[in-house]
Amino acid sequence: MQAEEKFTNETWPASPEKQTLEAKNKFLGFWFFLGGETVLFASLFATYLALKDKVPNSEMSLAKDLFEMPLVFAMTMILLTSSLTSVYAMYHMKNFNFGKMQLWIAITVLLGLVFLGLEIYEFNHYVHEFGHTFTSSAFGSAFYTLVGFHGAHVAFGLMWFIALMIRNGKRGLNLYNAPKYYVASLYWHFIDVVWVFIFTVVYLMGMVG
Amino acid sequence: MTNEQLNSGNPKVDIEYRRKKNAEEMRYQIITFALMIFLTLVAFVAVGYEGFSASFAVPFILVLAFVQVAFQLYYFMHMSHKGHEAPALFLYSGVFVGFITVLAFMTVIWW
Repeated sequence: MQAEEKFTNETWPASPEKQTLEAKNKFLGFWFFLGGETVLFASLFATYLALKDKVPNSEMSLAKDLFEMPLVFAMTMILLTSSLTSVYAMYHMKNFNFGKMQLWIAITVLLGLVFLGLEIYEFNHYVHEFGHTFTSSAFGSAFYTLVGFHGAHVAFGLMWFIALMIRNGKRGLNLYNAPKYYVASLYWHFIDVVWVFIFTVVYLMGMVG
Repeated sequence: MTNEQLNSGNPKVDIEYRRKKNAEEMRYQIITFALMIFLTLVAFVAVGYEGFSASFAVPFILVLAFVQVAFQLYYFMHMSHKGHEAPALFLYSGVFVGFITVLAFMTVIWW
């Protein structure tokens, strides 16, 4: 099977994401990268946990003063739903339905944009209402590094999806681009994995005190 | 739930079988999603509800987070499928190093 070969419903393989050698390498290499990302985020979590609520004076806001449940809940639900919509995209990829795959990727991108918008609103709110900035305290530095790094991953994932959608818009589905979409969706799921720990460790544990 | 290339020599039969397989897997994915939403709701309620002490709520929501992440990895990211031995090795190596890092920062460092 050639990467650029034209396929039909009948000839499309069951696991297009691992059919060619390049695809197998991509799959393996990407998981290796995710192992590294795990270490990266773990070290940021460790830093945050060590510096949580470490502020220079008693007038500065602590985690329990800053975080509000409704906003975090909305962000969590939106990102979790976007994880499911990218699963739908991969479902249509396996069924060789390029149009529906692109549509579900587009829905995923929209949800990601809403998430990012809420995060920008949130940071803006902390900075202007509470004076909680990157340089105001060790707590602030650790918080914005961890959550901001995740936000940067969301932004990168969105650009990745959009680039794939535009570049392959006229090409249709083949074994050249199927692994690319698959790996991008793995990245998106990983972003959600990190968020599960962020909403638990940073926000919920922050509200508990 | 394996996704191996099937070859009965009759593509029309294969395709129907595969579509059914894919639809079945998608159903599992939706069940997974419903469970993940449920775990999230429980975590938020556990923190929002005044009756629970922090010493109960914190370990409880951490357990919920690990369960939810396992769902995400094994179903959404297909680690339950065949051929994911190397990804599991990579990921768990990362988790191992990450765990030691968090442990060290929380126990060795104090102010």
